[in-house]
Amino acid sequence: MKEDVYDMLGADVAWCPGCGNFGILTAIKKALSDLDIKPEELVLVSGIGQAGKLPHYLKSNVFNGLHGRSLPPATGIKAANPQLTVIDVSGDGCMYGEGGNHFMHTIRRNVDLTNLVHNNMVYGLTKGQASPTSQIDFHTPLQVEGVFEEPFNPLTVAISLGAGFVARAFSGDIEKTREIIKNAIQHKGYALVDIFQPCVTFNRINTYQWFQKHTYYLEKEHNPQDKVEAFKRASETENYPLGIFYQNKDKKTFDENLKVYEGDGRPLYQREVNQEALKKLINSKRGL
Amino acid sequence: MVISVPEKNDISLVLCGEAGQGIQTVEQILVRAFKMTGFNVSASKEYMSRVRGGQNSTQIRVSSRRVAAFLDRTDILVALSPGAIKHLQNRISSATIIIGDEKDVGKDHIGLPFRKMAREIGGPIFANIIAASTVCQMLDVDLETFHHCLTSMFARKGEEILEKDIKAGNQGYQLGESLKKIKIEKNPSLSSELLLNGSEAVALGCIAGGCRFISSYPMTPSTPVQAFLAEHASKVELVFEQAEDEIAALNMALGASYAGARSMVATSGSGFALMGEAVGLAGMTETPVVIYIGMRPGPAVGLPTRTAQEDLDLSLYSGPGEFTRAIFAPSKLEDAYYLSQQAFDLAEKYQIPVFILSDQYLADLYYNFPEENLRDMKIKNYLAKTKKNYLRYQFTPSGISPRGIPGYGNGLVVADSDEHDEAGHLTEDLEIRTKMVEKRYHKLKELKNEVMAPELYGSDHYQLLVLGWGSTYHPLKEALEELDNEEISLLHFQQVYPLHPDTRMLLEKAEKNVIFENNIKSQFANLIKLETGQEVDKKVLKYNGIPFSVEEVISNIKGELK
Repeated sequence: MKEDVYDMLGADVAWCPGCGNFGILTAIKKALSDLDIKPEELVLVSGIGQAGKLPHYLKSNVFNGLHGRSLPPATGIKAANPQLTVIDVSGDGCMYGEGGNHFMHTIRRNVDLTNLVHNNMVYGLTKGQASPTSQIDFHTPLQVEGVFEEPFNPLTVAISLGAGFVARAFSGDIEKTREIIKNAIQHKGYALVDIFQPCVTFNRINTYQWFQKHTYYLEKEHNPQDKVEAFKRASETENYPLGIFYQNKDKKTFDENLKVYEGDGRPLYQREVNQEALKKLINSKRGL
Repeated sequence: MVISVPEKNDISLVLCGEAGQGIQTVEQILVRAFKMTGFNVSASKEYMSRVRGGQNSTQIRVSSRRVAAFLDRTDILVALSPGAIKHLQNRISSATIIIGDEKDVGKDHIGLPFRKMAREIGGPIFANIIAASTVCQMLDVDLETFHHCLTSMFARKGEEILEKDIKAGNQGYQLGESLKKIKIEKNPSLSSELLLNGSEAVALGCIAGGCRFISSYPMTPSTPVQAFLAEHASKVELVFEQAEDEIAALNMALGASYAGARSMVATSGSGFALMGEAVGLAGMTETPVVIYIGMRPGPAVGLPTRTAQEDLDLSLYSGPGEFTRAIFAPSKLEDAYYLSQQAFDLAEKYQIPVFILSDQYLADLYYNFPEENLRDMKIKNYLAKTKKNYLRYQFTPSGISPRGIPGYGNGLVVADSDEHDEAGHLTEDLEIRTKMVEKRYHKLKELKNEVMAPELYGSDHYQLLVLGWGSTYHPLKEALEELDNEEISLLHFQQVYPLHPDTRMLLEKAEKNVIFENNIKSQFANLIKLETGQEVDKKVLKYNGIPFSVEEVISNIKGELK
């Protein structure tokens, strides 16, 4: 499938010129096109923030929900119709701040979805406050003395919670990002891709140049099956490794655990009330 | 011993003991045994928020009539703990027969060696079975029937335990022989009737209404609805997921609904407060969802295991912005089954959140009724197969757009929590904004044409009109039966929003009206005023966590007649 099937012609894109989100949008389209996923079979789910607007710029089904709350509806969509490909697009504030609890528990459920988190270490849409991933001493109009909280490390958290696929990409490298996203979509189960992406307006520290300088790709020898090694590499903060840190293909997914799909893959909307089962249940309530 | 018994073929039996003593198990066994015998039976309970100790009680009414209301009157008290008599002191009189362990109840009452016998059988836990059996003997329940009920309750626990329970039953029955029998007319045809509680009636209605997905977080008193649906999920082909919190629960249900599954959540006050944000999301994205709230006294944690009608306002006003919703408040178990189906139907038809407000009293209330009283609603499929260029929020005269779901048809389904255009994409075009607000709100116009009418009990020519909603129905109705006064009628609401268009006229006809509510603000009376301009003259408000009793209603109504 050609990339342009996903183009939203005439969309009024609200991102700043040069925004790191553009690279991510392109990489997603390329990955989808490589995998031949039809827009009708795809649902993009998002919350609020500049990242949360991405689904409006890519032709697909969309559920653009509340701030921090993209993963629960994504879970519900997958539960109701496992045949759909579900990609959750979120930002660092939405996913790791407001939605932190859902982030943890969606990993535990192992919902078969791809969780793309645009990580620019700042709040863009609200004009430049600290995010959970902002670095120590980052100054903003609200963090006037500078950030003192330990930056949130999504990768180590995800690995320790047993996420089946954990990766990091950089939007400045569209080709490599495309490959990582492709792998994430193909992974059966929950897949996290934290994507470094410069905010050209509100983050003058973590710029394209800064990310270029402070990131490098994991070596070919890195074994993504080695959980302890993955955790170690994900803990590095001097310079940040990119690539697939960890993958475990053997985990049972959320929808594989749902009894309704045992021997019957039909989505829930296609099913009718099982009158016989209902009558039986009512009959069992005679206290006999 | 002379035992005085009301002549009405109607006994109020109260069991009281500590948490962990198995009162609930005894309640289950007794209500079954009474119904099998051919008595009408109803049971309601009050209990403390603790796993052990304290005092919990269950009122079981055994009657030749169909009665299901809470009574102050206690004809027989089975005191299973030393503190039981004190706990129920306001509900016992000199006419109350008090049966208990010889060590607990003192010389004035019927002291029997329950605990001693239980120890001999194998442990104090058997004392309540002995006591239950004693009561069965008094009420002329066959020992065989009692055995049957014991077996269906304990067979799964293994032969050894069942044997001991049967032994306890036999000994209790013997104890009862020395006591005077109480005669209540039997009607053998009742034995095959249904016996459900309010939680089961709602849950069964949800299944009948096509519920396919429920995500929830456990919270008393809504947990039994969750547990019922979870238990039967695979048989009736639905998904139950325990969410990490109530925020996730409603968002998850909305996702499932967006993908075409009829979806619901079950929660209670504070849990529902966390869902407020997503109620707005349901309104904005026009995604159907059913929200079951088992009300309990608040604010915050309040009294977790007690009853209240305090969250009507919260349901009515939850969620930012303005949009259409409907609120049901079942009053009868039979109707709870139907209303739950209707809740799903309206949610799907109008693409709105629909609430079912229940409370602890109704959720835990058991009684028997014939199966014919369960009405089924034909399920209508409101989903549209999409075509290319499908517009999720297409403007229509009614405000209801054809609802597509992803994966059904060639179109794309775009749902957005931002203000959006007809295609679902975010917009700040203020003309579209205005039209979208009207679209979402004006669905109310059509919804108002199919509001469930309130039930008028009594004559059309009333002077005094008694008003109520939800779980107060049985006490109010029984009070009116007792008063037997042609000038007093009851108007009871099971749909509290929107209000039925006749409400104003029905209120105007009365010389005086009086409302009974389990809250301090008279939330429903305020809503009536707001919607009809009619002031409710007198408000009887109770908010201590206990439902209205029949006696309490009678005395309040008599006060109005003076």
